[in-house]
Amino acid sequence: MNDILFLLAFPFVAACLMLAIRDDRIRTAVAEVSAAIVIVTSAWVAYRYLGQPESFAFHSETIDSLMAVTEFVLGLAIIYIGYKHKKYLASVLGAITLVLFLGFEVFLKEGIETDNALYIDDLSIIMVLIIGIIGSLICVYAVGYMRDFQKHHPDDKDRRPWFFFLMYTFLSAMFGIVLSNDMTWLFFFWEITMLCSFTLIGYTKTDEAIRNSFRQLIMNQTGGIAFLLAMMILADRYGFLSIDTLLMQDGEAQWIMVAVMLLAIAGIVKSAQMPFHTWLLGAMVAPTPTSALLHSSTMVKAGVFLLLKLSPLMMGNACGYMVATVGGLTFLLASMAAISQSNAKRVLAYSTIANLGLIVACAGVGTPEAVWAGIMLTIFHAITKSMMFLCVGTAEHHIGSRDIESMDGLFERMPRLAGIMILGIVGMFLAPFGMLISKWAALTSFVEDGNLVLIGCLVFGSAVTSFYWTKWLGKLVCTASREGNCEDTVHCQEWVAVGSLAVLTVAICLMYPGVSDAAVIPWLEGAFGGFSEDLVPLLESNNMWIVLIMLVVLILLPLPFFRRTSKRVVPNYMAGEGVDSMSYRGSMGGTVEVSMRNWYMSGWFDEDRLGKIGEVLTVIVMAALLAAAALGVFA
Amino acid sequence: MSGTTKSPWLLHYDASSCNGCDIEVLACLTPLYDVERFGVINTGDPKQADLFLVTGAVNDQNKNVVRQLYEQMPEPKVVVAVGVCACSGGIFGDCYNIIGGVDKVIPVDVYVPGCAARPESIIDGVVKGLAVLEEKRKKISEAKS
Amino acid sequence: MTTIESILMAVAFIALAPAIGCLLAGVDRKVSARMQKRRGPPILQPAYDVGKFLSKEQITPNSTQDFYVVCFLLFTIGTGAMFFAGMDLLLVIFTLTLAETFLILGAYSSGSPYSQIGAQREMYVAMAYEPVILLMAVCYYLEYGSFSVSDISSSDGMAVVPLIGVFLAFLFVLTMKLRKSPFDLSLSHHAHQDIVRGMATEFSGRTYAMLEISHWYESVMLLGMVALFFANGTVAGIVIGIIAALLAWILEIWIDNGFARMKWQTALKSGWVVTLVLGMGNVAVLLI
Repeated sequence: MNDILFLLAFPFVAACLMLAIRDDRIRTAVAEVSAAIVIVTSAWVAYRYLGQPESFAFHSETIDSLMAVTEFVLGLAIIYIGYKHKKYLASVLGAITLVLFLGFEVFLKEGIETDNALYIDDLSIIMVLIIGIIGSLICVYAVGYMRDFQKHHPDDKDRRPWFFFLMYTFLSAMFGIVLSNDMTWLFFFWEITMLCSFTLIGYTKTDEAIRNSFRQLIMNQTGGIAFLLAMMILADRYGFLSIDTLLMQDGEAQWIMVAVMLLAIAGIVKSAQMPFHTWLLGAMVAPTPTSALLHSSTMVKAGVFLLLKLSPLMMGNACGYMVATVGGLTFLLASMAAISQSNAKRVLAYSTIANLGLIVACAGVGTPEAVWAGIMLTIFHAITKSMMFLCVGTAEHHIGSRDIESMDGLFERMPRLAGIMILGIVGMFLAPFGMLISKWAALTSFVEDGNLVLIGCLVFGSAVTSFYWTKWLGKLVCTASREGNCEDTVHCQEWVAVGSLAVLTVAICLMYPGVSDAAVIPWLEGAFGGFSEDLVPLLESNNMWIVLIMLVVLILLPLPFFRRTSKRVVPNYMAGEGVDSMSYRGSMGGTVEVSMRNWYMSGWFDEDRLGKIGEVLTVIVMAALLAAAALGVFA
Repeated sequence: MSGTTKSPWLLHYDASSCNGCDIEVLACLTPLYDVERFGVINTGDPKQADLFLVTGAVNDQNKNVVRQLYEQMPEPKVVVAVGVCACSGGIFGDCYNIIGGVDKVIPVDVYVPGCAARPESIIDGVVKGLAVLEEKRKKISEAKS
Repeated sequence: MTTIESILMAVAFIALAPAIGCLLAGVDRKVSARMQKRRGPPILQPAYDVGKFLSKEQITPNSTQDFYVVCFLLFTIGTGAMFFAGMDLLLVIFTLTLAETFLILGAYSSGSPYSQIGAQREMYVAMAYEPVILLMAVCYYLEYGSFSVSDISSSDGMAVVPLIGVFLAFLFVLTMKLRKSPFDLSLSHHAHQDIVRGMATEFSGRTYAMLEISHWYESVMLLGMVALFFANGTVAGIVIGIIAALLAWILEIWIDNGFARMKWQTALKSGWVVTLVLGMGNVAVLLI
């Protein structure tokens, strides 16, 4: 158990250290060493506990009180900050949270003791590995990135110690979320991640950043209140506050269902599902490592982690229907909205929202195959999406724009980076990469479940997804470019992080049957009881081999003749008036540059309109089903 | 085996024709003449073309275009000058802006006379061009081996 | 199907499909010509064309384009081979998308304005037809409880009866998939068009030949998908399927010659309306 405690505490210790360090070289060293330690510890924990779920009898009044006091102080701080920035809604929500929290601590929590505050099972191990490996790599990347960032913003005060403090604290909190069995602990870490993210989004302190950070805060406070209400219901009606006890309850019972629904809403907020998706879009103003860490690989994954964890309670009931519908609609509408975006980070944000939607839908369906697909999507998405964020961040610092239209001919300007980005994009939506494999499993499980809405969302959503990724890919592969190579100045930390993630992207696809057998299937067996491998049709047939062969072919094929040709190179056809492949003699005598722009179809896929449609539909679904459950319609 | 002579794809360029010959070129595609029965396709893309049909005389404005289109065609390739203007400049020959026939800019293999050239003679010119094309192909493959 | 049978079918597809596809393309040109009261080229004309392109001088706009086109050819062949080997229909569909993406990237890579516009048009036509293709697989699963082509083809009863909605929708998008008028926006078979040769503008020589050969494979596989709606495990079913596939081919030629090209909005709108009404309607009926 000590290793678990070390995993929880170490990043926070490193964070405090970071706060004290002012020298960039020392910071780099400390960041790298602590990242290495976190990675090693995560790997050790995974090795030791894989296949051996364990609960740890651990109970400490001191820690409990410490957490309660911290939460109280932070709650007061939120009220004050909201007041200072004239964001009174945040203050009001903060006050409500505080009152509820006090009421809960004083009246309801009395006498309820959770013996096993910590646990670890295979799902937690998967999450620990995601957070430990990807999170640490992002922290390493951030060292190089923030150096450039500071150079680009020379007038700002150097607040990097604070930045790294938040990043590492965040890692601790994330470990806490996936390892806590005691719901009060879970709630504590849940709120910490919210605050870290709030501070990181507002890092640049511009008006936009502050506005967006408060939007994140307000939405997540709503989620926090839902979480708190769920705990109060459980404490009041059933007298327990632990996840493992909750999972043994009957999901159809009236107040259990309401509590699970409230927890699901907390998860939906955290994973930026409609109607709460706008906070994730706003979060894109933060420095890129923040986007990668908080908004692709970890924080939003806390939301889907909770939903996947609760999925056995949602199988085939109203709560599951609510979650699945919200996820499915979010997947479709967010994918559509991504078409209208040209800002690379916003495309990534929308795609994150969409993919999380798919995971949420899988959790909502709640059948073992669906959850299998959901977990696999979580793994693949975390790796690939964080890699994409990091690539965009590096590209932005070198080509001076995060607009996809400016990435014309990136293949000539930053060949290695473009190659990795191509891998990332291909990994997001094409066979034989993991995301598609999981989507495939998701489709199968939706069809099994016979959910017409989900089938429709997935089918149309996939078509739309291909569109926005392919048009980005097209920009990258284009070789017509006048700019020279500008790749030399990329920091080695950035290469290490991006390169490792690229290797991981491919490796995890090659190993996915192994990952499935070693961790996902055992967890599903434990969580659902009597689950057999046959339920995942992809694993039992020849499909797996075909997919692996395709992968190997795709990786090996470029080696012999990519970027090599024995043919005569003839410039592009320009109706006979070409000067070279990128310009032609215009009718007025001058030379005209060819400039190609992509399709955004904003008349069809207007993000505001799609967002509104999504908000209205999901609010109706959530409100109606929650009210019905509270009234005992489904009991 | 080679399909070269069985699948001649044409690139048609109007240098500064009066449009008379152009209409006759298109007439070759109509049901009455139907050159597609010889596998001819009237393509607009030099990179896929075998025969370059030029109508009209070449002037200062378009000499570069003619040259570039010719250069962008893969070997073996044949140039057919269609109509008297393309052959020698024709009645426009003495105009201040006219350079002369197509052969002033690129090597021409077949000259099709007429003003306007009749579809029959254009088809005849194309068939003659095919013989040249086959010859060139043989020469290239000999040079290779 | 046993493994041996599957392998035999895959090998047969790889070996025979180019011949069949070439003949189909020849028939296309001949029938089109006859519809226009012309004699038309010989049936083997597509083979002559490809032979010529193989023997021409090889030119290319850059050093990457060929890679994408080779991948397009390889994965198209792979898709068809998996389909005829009776493998998972979804895997077939996803591999088809992969192949398609390679073609689009090939068109993008040169940076030519004509081929890039062609690639973009191809993308939204793909967005219009993809849902139907996926729904087809969903409907098969709902009806027969399996995505495997061999299970579907050997099941009792012709799928076309319960899957009539999705069958009609599939016929509709077949026009897009085969890039026939009115939806030949990205790559017309007739080269004189608004964007020259669309996606294929910068393809020549071997690259162009590979594109044509891929089309042959693709046509055969798509017609195989039409035939699958009629297969019921008997020889009669296969014969009826083949006849239906050939009729579908003639229908496509007729549509190709009978319609002018439509705008992309029409392609997307009509594709999605057809998917929603016929495709989703069919799924709903099967679920009930």
